[in-house]
Amino acid sequence: MTTTKAGSNLYAEIDQDNIAWLHFDTQGSGTNVLSAAVLEDFYKQLLDMEARSPRGLVIVSDKPNGFIAGADVREFTRLENRAQALDAIQRGQAVFDRLAALPFPTVAVMHGFCLGGGLELALACRYRVARDDSATRLGLPEVRLGIHPGFGGSVRLTTLVGALGAMDLMLSGRTVDARTARRMGLVDHAVPQRHLKTAARALVLDPPFPHRPGRLQALSSHAWVRPLVAKLLHRRVAAKARPDHYPAPHALIELWLQHADQERAMMHAEAESVANLIVGPAAQNLIRVFLLQEQLKALGRDAVFHAEHVHVVGAGTMGGDIAAWCALRGIKVTLADQSPERIAPAIKRAYKLFRRRLKQPRLIQQAMDRLMPDHQGLGVERADVVIEAIFEDAEAKRSLFQSIEPRVRADTILATNTSSIPLKEISAVLDQPSRLVGLHFFNPVASMQLVEVVRDVSSDPEVVIRAIKFARQIDRLPLPVSSAPGFLVNRILMPYLLEAVELEHEGVPPREIDAQAVGFGMPMGPIELADTVGLDICLHVAEILGQHLDVAVPQRLRDLVLQGRLGRKSGQGFYRYKRGRPIKPRLPKGYRSDPTVTDRMVLRMLNEVVACLREEVVQEPDHLDAGMVYGTGFAPFRGGPLRYIETLGADTLLQRLQDLEQRFGQRFKPDAGWDVVSGFAKRETSGG
Amino acid sequence: MSAQTSTIAKGRPVYIIDGSRTPFLRARGKPGPFHAADLAFQAGRALLFRQPFSASVLDQVILGCVMPGPDEANIARVVALRLGCGDKVPAWTVQRNCASGMQSIDCAAHDIAAGRSDLVLAGGVEAMSHAPLLFGNAMTGWLGALRNARSPIKKLQAMAAFRPAYLKPVISLLRGLTDPIVGLSMGQTAEVLAHRFDIGREQMDAFALRSHQRLSDAMRDGHLDEIEVIYAHDGRFHDADDGLRDDSSMEKLAKLKPAFDRPFGNVTAGNSAQITDGAACLLMASEEAVREYGLAVMGQLKDSAWAGLNPEEMGLGPVHAMAPILARNHYDSGDIDYWEINEAFAAQVQACLMAWQDERFCTDVLGMDGAFRAIDEERLNTDGGAIAIGHPVGASGARIVLHLLKTLQRTDSRRGIASLCIGGGQGGAMLLERVDS
Repeated sequence: MTTTKAGSNLYAEIDQDNIAWLHFDTQGSGTNVLSAAVLEDFYKQLLDMEARSPRGLVIVSDKPNGFIAGADVREFTRLENRAQALDAIQRGQAVFDRLAALPFPTVAVMHGFCLGGGLELALACRYRVARDDSATRLGLPEVRLGIHPGFGGSVRLTTLVGALGAMDLMLSGRTVDARTARRMGLVDHAVPQRHLKTAARALVLDPPFPHRPGRLQALSSHAWVRPLVAKLLHRRVAAKARPDHYPAPHALIELWLQHADQERAMMHAEAESVANLIVGPAAQNLIRVFLLQEQLKALGRDAVFHAEHVHVVGAGTMGGDIAAWCALRGIKVTLADQSPERIAPAIKRAYKLFRRRLKQPRLIQQAMDRLMPDHQGLGVERADVVIEAIFEDAEAKRSLFQSIEPRVRADTILATNTSSIPLKEISAVLDQPSRLVGLHFFNPVASMQLVEVVRDVSSDPEVVIRAIKFARQIDRLPLPVSSAPGFLVNRILMPYLLEAVELEHEGVPPREIDAQAVGFGMPMGPIELADTVGLDICLHVAEILGQHLDVAVPQRLRDLVLQGRLGRKSGQGFYRYKRGRPIKPRLPKGYRSDPTVTDRMVLRMLNEVVACLREEVVQEPDHLDAGMVYGTGFAPFRGGPLRYIETLGADTLLQRLQDLEQRFGQRFKPDAGWDVVSGFAKRETSGG
Repeated sequence: MSAQTSTIAKGRPVYIIDGSRTPFLRARGKPGPFHAADLAFQAGRALLFRQPFSASVLDQVILGCVMPGPDEANIARVVALRLGCGDKVPAWTVQRNCASGMQSIDCAAHDIAAGRSDLVLAGGVEAMSHAPLLFGNAMTGWLGALRNARSPIKKLQAMAAFRPAYLKPVISLLRGLTDPIVGLSMGQTAEVLAHRFDIGREQMDAFALRSHQRLSDAMRDGHLDEIEVIYAHDGRFHDADDGLRDDSSMEKLAKLKPAFDRPFGNVTAGNSAQITDGAACLLMASEEAVREYGLAVMGQLKDSAWAGLNPEEMGLGPVHAMAPILARNHYDSGDIDYWEINEAFAAQVQACLMAWQDERFCTDVLGMDGAFRAIDEERLNTDGGAIAIGHPVGASGARIVLHLLKTLQRTDSRRGIASLCIGGGQGGAMLLERVDS
């Protein structure tokens, strides 16, 4: 066996059968990424292979976590203009074209993460083998960054598996496991680790005819059928991603519609299209959001903490779902409440969650086995983390923690899931107030990635860092916030919701209010959101916030709650509900929409954003954007509220706010922090 | 007849530390909400959770089970792994029909007494409602022939050989409850005893009614704290035995038709044990383990015995198994504070009580010097028995041992015997004592 070390990022071996094995092993990183430097090394290796002409080439990764995680996203942010972007993309295409043109069999052997450019590289091989286990995920998630595959992936995937499968994978950005990939035709073999090399070797030594899409799949690419399919795809995508907000998926459909018949032309068009997209605001903001996520993920990385057992008190919607989520993530959980009656519904919800997420009966059973109903509260003594998720009442929480504190181990984290009560109001009764933190989850727990990790001045920094680490352990995004009333997300969201209530009271149709908010880029309108959360809960939180902040609670909200109109759960709130869906009355004929509706809602939100920044509720301005995007779904293509202020200009927004103050009074009074924000864009972020 | 001697009494002391069971859930004509492994797991999880050691320090797990499900081969191992015992704790499943749950305790006891184990989880489980319907051999043969037919013609020929009668299912539960040697169903063996000891319908029904009343009182007075709440995936939970008929009466029982010997028999569904799902687990330990982990001892297993008898009279098994224990420990009935004799059938327990004090039976059949004194029925199955609670065959043996210990503890008394009859003509019994701390 001969080994050559060309670049430090990858090396080749030739075995006794004259098969070349090319190993990706990016130096100084735990993950293989396709940076410009790695691509260059790879290109050199390919030239070398061409010269040696082995019997076949097998590409593998030496990283335990996966094959190749994709392009280096940070490089995207350094692109200065479209020409530069186009150049970078075309270079990448050229490398993969070279790989695709090799005259001997080529095989990509994939395990773990194989995403974006990594999968595009594999697609340029003649064959693919994937390791069949739970860690292997294959996908082209580029649309989530506001672009689409650019290294020939959209061309090669369509040719390999057919347009329907290819478009589904690329438009949704979802990842698939090895078996699904095998069914689609994306990989030739899905085999366990023990057969990976044998499978690759077999493909080289006895090369079969490469995979072709099935008849129906092939038909969908026919020139006569394409326009119809494209129309359907456009419509389906538009329901989730409006073209004006998220142009990438629509560009991808167009690319395929126009060029699917000519491979070369499609390659060119693909590069042009990605170059257009990548320098646009949506892609740049989505890339920012992705990097914000990475930033939150990196928090607590150095902390040494691993929870084996979590005890959750309160089996209501939040407590039950937190417990289920922890069990799903592999932790033993005891779920306590006053009686089995209260716990049983949470077990049912957990079972549903596990079934949806895990699918295999064996895995579902394991997760169920980890989740132990505990109506006697025996789990307290064993817990590494105790999470309180009972109803929102300071006195009840105080007495609960008072009874728990003497029973827990000295190093157990005590956490409250309160959404609005300042920590010190609870921790005051503890012997060691410093060990209490907030772990504020959002509803629904399984789909909201954000967790606010709340600390106050008396909190032990060591406990806070462990709580952050715990949030990472259960694959949530920790957002460190200070224990200001309402913390970050709810506090900023509340004025926006209350303004919507105000607008509704003034006679603006709820449908219009929601439509304008969705038009701005929110995932759901504020009226429907309030109904979904429950108007009683909204009122309760608003009242608690009102005690601490200068927020007037609209009478309209109180009236509705008094009438028993609590939102979706009671069948009527602002909307009436039929089978859980709101009935939104049509707008009156000739209704003219008023642009100040969005302005009023968004500016109240932005005013609160500025206040939070001034009060340093978050440690980093970036965290604020991350919190709003991941905690409320704040228009991701806008990159977060601060990025939005930056884009429109603080002065402009301040002016609009002052105008609104003149018209509507006090509640639009600009926060003192606008002075600070005016220079925000240039502000250096302080580390730590 | 060779005199059995107690190997348990000769070895290291065997302690029972703690125990728990699931509620016993009556079969309702369709598979219940829990598989057998789920039941044993939930009982075991609750039991282990309150111990000061982790599941991985157990030396072994032994479960009794007569009919594990198709995914539960060696169900004890399945449960042990689900309980988090880890790869290294061996586990095995025992089967002695209705006494499987007692057999597991006996096996654990012998290993502890012999010094081979210090800490054992033993118990029994049965999900009788999950007993499968089987195809007969004719159907199996037809399927095999079809699969082996190579050419299309042969396939058609094989297919044509099908007869609708092949579809008639074999109800495995009924087969399991029929003695394969003497051809009597378990209920019929109770009829045999009723005839031999002249036990009438009214007597049986009165016994059954008392079983329900006692269970009802026990529930009211909180005597069943060994029951753990179990939760199903559908959002329901079960915290009590659901076989209890609070509204039962002699009139209602009298209306029931004979279940086994129609039309003249007396054994009905009302005076027989119920078909039920359930599990019971015990934690057993050596003196070393008790000391090492500072465990509180619930009681000591002093002796056990197994006996064989005519399968047609299997219901007398308890008498055959209890007699040698009393004899070799030089006890008479008065030395035993509480008794648990599993209520497979009212007639069967009543036959045992009569045989126990029958001079001729005790001398001729049991080979004793004379009859035992009568068992005080106020000290027998004080909180109801299988007629009210149900009889998940693999679990009952462990349940009666556990409940006997609980009764001794609650009443602060010393000595008890748990015993049951075993389909196929056997009996098993255990002598338990509380320990001075």
